[in-house]
Amino acid sequence: MNASSVIHLQELRLDDARALLEHDPSTSLPKAEESSTVYVQSIIDNLCELSLKDPLTGLSNRRHFRSVLSREIDSVARSGESALLLMMDIDHFKHVNDTYGHQAGDQVLQAIAKCLATCVRPMDTVARYGGEEFAAILPNCPVSFGHIVAERIREAIGDLLIAVSPVLKVQVTVSIGGAYAPEWVRSTTSLWTDRADIQLYRAKSEGRNRVFIDEQQVIAVSAEEKSMLFGPLSMGDPAWIENLSADALGASAGSAMNRVN
Amino acid sequence: MSDVLNPPQDNVAPPIVPLKPLGKVLAVTSGKGGVGKTFVSANLAAALAKRGHRVLVLDADLGLANLDVVLNLYPKVTLHDVFTGKAKLEEAIVRAPGGFSVLLAGSGMVEYSRLTPEVRDDFLRIMGGLIPHYDIVLLDTGAGISDVVLFAVSLASEVLVVATPEPTSLTDAYATIKVLAAQQKRQNIRMVINQTARLGDGRAITTQLQQVLDRFVKTEPGRPLRLIHMGDIPSDPSVRQAVMRRQLLLLSMPGCPAAMAISQLAAKLEDTIINRVS
Repeated sequence: MNASSVIHLQELRLDDARALLEHDPSTSLPKAEESSTVYVQSIIDNLCELSLKDPLTGLSNRRHFRSVLSREIDSVARSGESALLLMMDIDHFKHVNDTYGHQAGDQVLQAIAKCLATCVRPMDTVARYGGEEFAAILPNCPVSFGHIVAERIREAIGDLLIAVSPVLKVQVTVSIGGAYAPEWVRSTTSLWTDRADIQLYRAKSEGRNRVFIDEQQVIAVSAEEKSMLFGPLSMGDPAWIENLSADALGASAGSAMNRVN
Repeated sequence: MSDVLNPPQDNVAPPIVPLKPLGKVLAVTSGKGGVGKTFVSANLAAALAKRGHRVLVLDADLGLANLDVVLNLYPKVTLHDVFTGKAKLEEAIVRAPGGFSVLLAGSGMVEYSRLTPEVRDDFLRIMGGLIPHYDIVLLDTGAGISDVVLFAVSLASEVLVVATPEPTSLTDAYATIKVLAAQQKRQNIRMVINQTARLGDGRAITTQLQQVLDRFVKTEPGRPLRLIHMGDIPSDPSVRQAVMRRQLLLLSMPGCPAAMAISQLAAKLEDTIINRVS
């Protein structure tokens, strides 16, 4: 490093940054006796940390969520493991705000954030997506577990008794929509969130306080589907029967039934 | 443009068509094997080439396809050599008798029939390099609904499902369509029914499939799944003759009913896929 690029601490205007960090209880401010490099590095680290957090709940903010989501979709494309995205929206939150005031609303959001953080694994990312909407990204979450995790979250939130004043406790419910990361190459983060959002919409429109997950479907053709597929055949439609050679009706029709069931 | 990826046929001038920004990719798939998928791919390619389009057929079955057998082509350099870095992409593209280009997988590709991220990346890179050089790329996929098949189909803007009126073929075509709707959120799936006995059979079968799908496949609101009946290929003894002689039906017996049906299919695809503004 040449002499002209040396930065003198006193020439930097760090007061605003310092004030910002002093405001945030979770950050640990550098001590004045540290070397200038350590001091500046610490300010930068704390600012980065702050820029990824939702100030009210301390969860990841939408910016952080976006970057984790796009990293995860790349990782799914490479590894093929299944990752689950959950979108969660507090039911009738406007009612909480209107009835008990915005401060109570904030307390509800904070209590839910705290609860969400305890429902997931350390490797999962929980974010406040906006307003009363939360999101969670669960990497490496087997398809069979998704519903269990989402139900656990829904129940845990529904069980919370949130004190919004010394004499008043409120209870809220949450609707949850989920989708597994599409394993196909043309997938995008917006396609993924869209799919989870559609499920959240379903959960809301079917009465709230419930979970819907866009499952990666196991493909099987049921007997009911087959009977409808071959309906005209079994009814003796001559056009269909003529189409089928004795061979097709015998050997291969039997094999299809055995194979699919 | 005289381009290396469209090798000229001896004594035949390459068709002149305006260069389009990006070609269209059509996956030809079936579910069940043995319904004439490769036969349709190869003859459809010939019919499209005849109409003046630059066509590439890619053996997306990674070594298990019969495209080489159908076309009677055994090139020294194949996709396998491109994958292993032994040859350049343009060296593996050969001119088929029908006036279209072919990229064959080569038997060594069987080891790639498991879809690893590397295979996926190589495939994507190759497709990206190829598409701009053609008006349409046909992906002749493997039978069944393996991850390789689904991956190949996921690269295509359009899907053509080949089925025959047999119950096994219809069941498998139905299962394939269900997967494509569920996993790839496909909305439009094109159908061609091969080996039909009489006029109207294919349309009736497509309608029946559509009804079962409407009943059993949940789609997202406002995004219905639609089967588009593109045509029938009638049962025709000439097909067997051509296959046994390992000739393209379109070249050896262009006037037979099956060849005429494939020509019609090509015209319809031209209208709906190639000429459509993307």
